[in-house]
Amino acid sequence: MLSPINISIESLNLVTLAPMLIPFVGALMILVIDLLKGNLDKSLYVVISILFLVLDFGALLDSAGMFSANGIILGVFNVMLIDGLAILAQFIIVATSILFIPLALTNKRFHEFSHPEFFALFLFMIGGFQFMVASDNLILIFVGLETASLALYTLIAMHNRDKSFEAAIKYFTMGALAAGFYSFGSMVLYALTGSVEINQIATILANNGYADIGFVLVGVVFLLASFAFKLSVVPFHTWTPDVYEGSSAAMAGYMSIVPKIAAFVVAMRLFEFLIHSHVVWLEVVLYAFVVITMTAANMWALVQTDVKRMLAYSSISHAGFVMAAILIGTTQANSALFLYWILFSFTNLGAFSMLWISRQKELPGYQKTDHSFEKFSGMIQTSPMAAIVMAIFMLSLAGIPPFALFWGKIYMISAAVTGGYTILALVMALNSAIAGYYYIKLIVYMFMKDPIASNVDNSGHLYVANATTALKTIIGFAILGTIFAFLAVDPLLEFVTTFVYNSGY
Amino acid sequence: MLDHILSILIFFPALAGVMGFMINKESMRAYGVSVGIIEFALSLWLWFAFDSNVSGMQFMEHLPLIPSFGINYILGVDGISLFIVIMASLFTMLGIASLTDTKNVKNMIITLLFLQMTMVGVFTALDGIVFYVFWELSLVPMLYIIGAWGGPMRIYASVKFFLYTFAGSLVMLVGMLFMAYFYYQATGTWSFAILDWYRLILPESFQLWLFAAFFVGFAIKVPMFPFHTWLPYAHGQAPTIGSVILAAVLLKMGTYAFIRFSLPLFPDASVYFMYPVAVIAIIMIIYTAMVAYAQKDVKQVVAYSSVSHMGVIILGTFALNVEGISGSVFLMIGHGIVSGALFLLVGVIYDRRHTKLMSEFGGLAHVMPKYATIFGIMMMASVGMPLMINFVGEFLSLLGFYSQSHMLTLLAGVAIIVGAIYMLIAYKRMFFGEVTKEENRNLPDVNKRELIALVPLVIITIWLGVYPKPVLEPINNSVESVVQLMHNKATTEDAKMRIPNVSGVVISKTSAKEAH
Repeated sequence: MLSPINISIESLNLVTLAPMLIPFVGALMILVIDLLKGNLDKSLYVVISILFLVLDFGALLDSAGMFSANGIILGVFNVMLIDGLAILAQFIIVATSILFIPLALTNKRFHEFSHPEFFALFLFMIGGFQFMVASDNLILIFVGLETASLALYTLIAMHNRDKSFEAAIKYFTMGALAAGFYSFGSMVLYALTGSVEINQIATILANNGYADIGFVLVGVVFLLASFAFKLSVVPFHTWTPDVYEGSSAAMAGYMSIVPKIAAFVVAMRLFEFLIHSHVVWLEVVLYAFVVITMTAANMWALVQTDVKRMLAYSSISHAGFVMAAILIGTTQANSALFLYWILFSFTNLGAFSMLWISRQKELPGYQKTDHSFEKFSGMIQTSPMAAIVMAIFMLSLAGIPPFALFWGKIYMISAAVTGGYTILALVMALNSAIAGYYYIKLIVYMFMKDPIASNVDNSGHLYVANATTALKTIIGFAILGTIFAFLAVDPLLEFVTTFVYNSGY
Repeated sequence: MLDHILSILIFFPALAGVMGFMINKESMRAYGVSVGIIEFALSLWLWFAFDSNVSGMQFMEHLPLIPSFGINYILGVDGISLFIVIMASLFTMLGIASLTDTKNVKNMIITLLFLQMTMVGVFTALDGIVFYVFWELSLVPMLYIIGAWGGPMRIYASVKFFLYTFAGSLVMLVGMLFMAYFYYQATGTWSFAILDWYRLILPESFQLWLFAAFFVGFAIKVPMFPFHTWLPYAHGQAPTIGSVILAAVLLKMGTYAFIRFSLPLFPDASVYFMYPVAVIAIIMIIYTAMVAYAQKDVKQVVAYSSVSHMGVIILGTFALNVEGISGSVFLMIGHGIVSGALFLLVGVIYDRRHTKLMSEFGGLAHVMPKYATIFGIMMMASVGMPLMINFVGEFLSLLGFYSQSHMLTLLAGVAIIVGAIYMLIAYKRMFFGEVTKEENRNLPDVNKRELIALVPLVIITIWLGVYPKPVLEPINNSVESVVQLMHNKATTEDAKMRIPNVSGVVISKTSAKEAH
């Protein structure tokens, strides 16, 4: 006879679920609205999404307050784990999404935004990412990851161009492979330890002194490969430029920020204890990954002829740069990761939005791709303001002070110095110099070459053809954040460091 | 207002630059000149209010920027930086005033105003990161000036300039982060303040590495042999105004940084590397002089001679005694005035003939007597004639190094005399003899606008050559405290011996205290 199981609702601590459930409710509401009355304008869905995301943000503030007061919160059979990392990552995810979604309000009509499903999927995706970062249960992480990824594949495909289908299929295939790797890796760890909770796996492995190091390595290899796919670490990066090229510029910018921070947090949870237990092999592999990803992606970016592809490779390189934090593994490094990514999200979203507002529907003859370098020739003469804004984003990405990313860069390099990785610090610094070349290349085109004749005639309208007040506001936010970052770095740094430190990383 | 004069000096041009977007294109030049005059007047006021008897930092400002990571906005001037700041504002003013017809003149003037912000910022920053911010930021306006208004190979030249300097300064940045980390280890708090770093005594092995890291950044900027290859391209392609600012002010950032960072932070390493650096400096003097001799383009002659004289500045700096360092600081001013003027003069003839090849000229003294006179005076100053500005600095630099090594000083002295040859020959080819080319017969002499820029420089050249005391004295005071600091900090026997003990000088610990 089975005895009834009594679980008090209080012990479940359901409030931990609130931030993730809000976007899900929002998504369902959008679907319901569409059922009741079709053919509503996209602006409605944009605003509803923003409202739900703002609510989500409010719920996160609440969790942040609880975390600062009581420390780490567990909930729902201890599956949910609300610690500093989870809160910081969710802040980045939700804030970036709030900045991203108004980019749908373009001047020209694009296929994907006329479907309410786009916005529903978008909110489902955010909920998925939030689950992924707010747990240390390998199964829940997997569920979150797959929810988010499947939604994202569809969002890409909805851009409705030949290249978009190719991109979506490519991303899907690679994602499926990564998912396979992930589940296989988790299986091995489960077989070894009998647990799917990362902290318990760590404890059990530490207690038996890594007796089955061979099996541990097999499990870690698969997990590493799966996250390498998600983080587009060289040599698992091959899908990235094609997928970015196939998706709209706005979506590409979004993809370079949000899925990656989610993957970083999980990677941090998974690999940190292994690094700290001095599994030398893993340290060597990660070291190689970091250096190769940074350097090789920079080299490829040098030879691109399309700005969007160039930015795609550049975001691979940035991801490699930030992955150094997981290798170094000190509190300073982990705080640097979040600081860097917050600053990066502003700058990179701004840069991709600048491409997005110049998106044409038909390409003129001299332009082979959507955003070839030639398109930006002599931009300073026809639309100086846009050129200066774009140049500032490029300088920030290159790490020229005092723009946003510089502060992230020095803090990260400083973490490498402090952690004893001198050579790595030098490699990171010199990679910024290599990267300088291709960012400067766009500035050279914009400021030093003469405009192509047909661009002169329409007096720079080309560069802002797609712009509406909403888009300009977003870019305005991004540029202000980029220029005046130095005022915000100190409070950010203190906030991030406290949260990371109190979560034990 | 005097409490914040340095911030005003830095951000006034930037603010004016932003406002400049609103000015009508036709009125832009007048606007630029007015801003330049105000800025120059402010910098003269700074000099007026400056107390020459104080050796430490003055007009210090202190604002927390990222206190948890030890980054603060700290400014201050001493005798070493004061005159370079004044020179920077002088050249921006003269540069805008003498600007000839340029396309997009509005963009040019706004860019120059931003460039001025970065220049003043570099020389007044007393925090490593703030210094680095301005140091890097100065590349961007210069990149644009060379790349947009330069000659046919302008893009190659500007990108090379940018990447070369950028790569070098990133290595320096790693050095700075190490420095801050050592400070953190020693005291438990992060700090990038230079005056805090001054109090840190590092073991010699650390000093050697850090010296090397900083050296890469500074040596590329100076530029020292063999990192000098970007400079001839930059000068060759840059418009006149670009070359003037580059030679007069931007190159001084490197030599200034040696005195501000390398020497007081790493006294033992400075002594350790004294001979290698001196040898590089002498190679630089001789080699670039020979290259200058082989040039056909008069601007390249001036460019290489400018590099050659930078070698003397380095030599004086690494004499590590009061005479040498004071001399090198004074020579920075002199080199700025003289090479700035020479580039302006080359610009004058280029505007008339659109060529810089010396073979195209000849007998210009008949056609343009005023031009020939000014060019002659500046050339004499450049080769170091007594009673001219450069002589004072070169003499003191060599005198300083004489006490370290007789042989090397002798070599450098001979090299300078050899250096005179190519300048004289270049002058001969251009100005003496018959007028060989028909086009040169009716060239107009220097006009009023050009005279406005050139005459003040001639006056300064002769005034400071005859009576250098008002400038040399504050420099000397500050240098004495730097040398004393180095002597106190030096740990090895050799360094204690090489760096003299300046007796009777208040140790610059006072300046270190002012930081808090």
